[in-house]
Amino acid sequence: MKPVNLEDVQSLIDRFARKEVYIHLETTNGSYASHVDQNFFNAGAFIRNAKVEYELGKIIGDVPSRVGLKLGDLGWIYAQGITHYELDDKGRLLMAGHDHQGKLAVSLQISETPFE
Amino acid sequence: MIEKERHVLVVFPHPDDEAFGVSGTIASHLKMGTGVTYACLTLGEMGRNLGNPPFATRESLPQIRKKELQAAADAMGLKDLRMMGLRDKTVEFEDDEKMVDMINALIEDVNPSLVITFYPDYCVHPDHEATARAVVRAVSRMDEADRPKLHCVAFANHTADELGEPDILNDVSEVQELKLNTMRAHISQTAWMLEDLEKRLAEKDPDAIQWVSQERFFNYRFDQGYH
Repeated sequence: MKPVNLEDVQSLIDRFARKEVYIHLETTNGSYASHVDQNFFNAGAFIRNAKVEYELGKIIGDVPSRVGLKLGDLGWIYAQGITHYELDDKGRLLMAGHDHQGKLAVSLQISETPFE
Repeated sequence: MIEKERHVLVVFPHPDDEAFGVSGTIASHLKMGTGVTYACLTLGEMGRNLGNPPFATRESLPQIRKKELQAAADAMGLKDLRMMGLRDKTVEFEDDEKMVDMINALIEDVNPSLVITFYPDYCVHPDHEATARAVVRAVSRMDEADRPKLHCVAFANHTADELGEPDILNDVSEVQELKLNTMRAHISQTAWMLEDLEKRLAEKDPDAIQWVSQERFFNYRFDQGYH
């Protein structure tokens, strides 16, 4: 993965627009957060292989950046904290936010084929 | 002194769960010529250690951890490694009875005299808890006379208050280097921790020495209502 380059990521997001795509969206603090600090309120979510079509997608803001995908009149997909990206060897756009310790905090991935 | 077993079955959900508290015991059994089967339920697909700068992605991590798991098995000298194909973070949402069936099938297949897993309610991660519940249920349903011994790893913060001190202390100092090599095999997940540990070992920190030379287990007490 490379550090976010807004122009490059934007052109990749555009490439998947108005197509049926599969989404992986995830936020996490890790399963041990409340074990390490009992006052920590641990919350997270993930969805894997949601099938959607977005009409407009944008990446905005200085890194860590925000990505929003507008699903026509239906709704939205949103991720905050994106620091890195790559178009992987299977042609999937992988975006992620890695914290200062190198731990993944958020990921948003777009693919024309289901994630395994 | 570690007792000689007929066969040992180890069940954990994540690659590296075996490394920290059990790899010395596994290596010791193998050294005595006892067969050991390690069933690892997932590939740790949702691990967070991906580096910054990143060395892996959410999608490449499973293959990396699969190779590390195989390397860890090699480091311990373990031949019967079984990857059970579940997905990280989702073990507790599988059908509970199917989970018990999976453990039953393993027990029937390898006929262990000792099973090692986590201690339910004292193992922190939801995948650990779900794995431990399935193993405890499978063993508790066996006739008491046929039950293998069940040694459990507990590390929740309330363990000492509620379970007291571990029942079994295995001296693994003779295979300490194999244990360290097992941890090293999971380098994507252990790099940070090993850097600290090896520094403390070099300084002869007594806690660090004890941590790598002794492994601690509780006999499961069959009193938590998991039937």
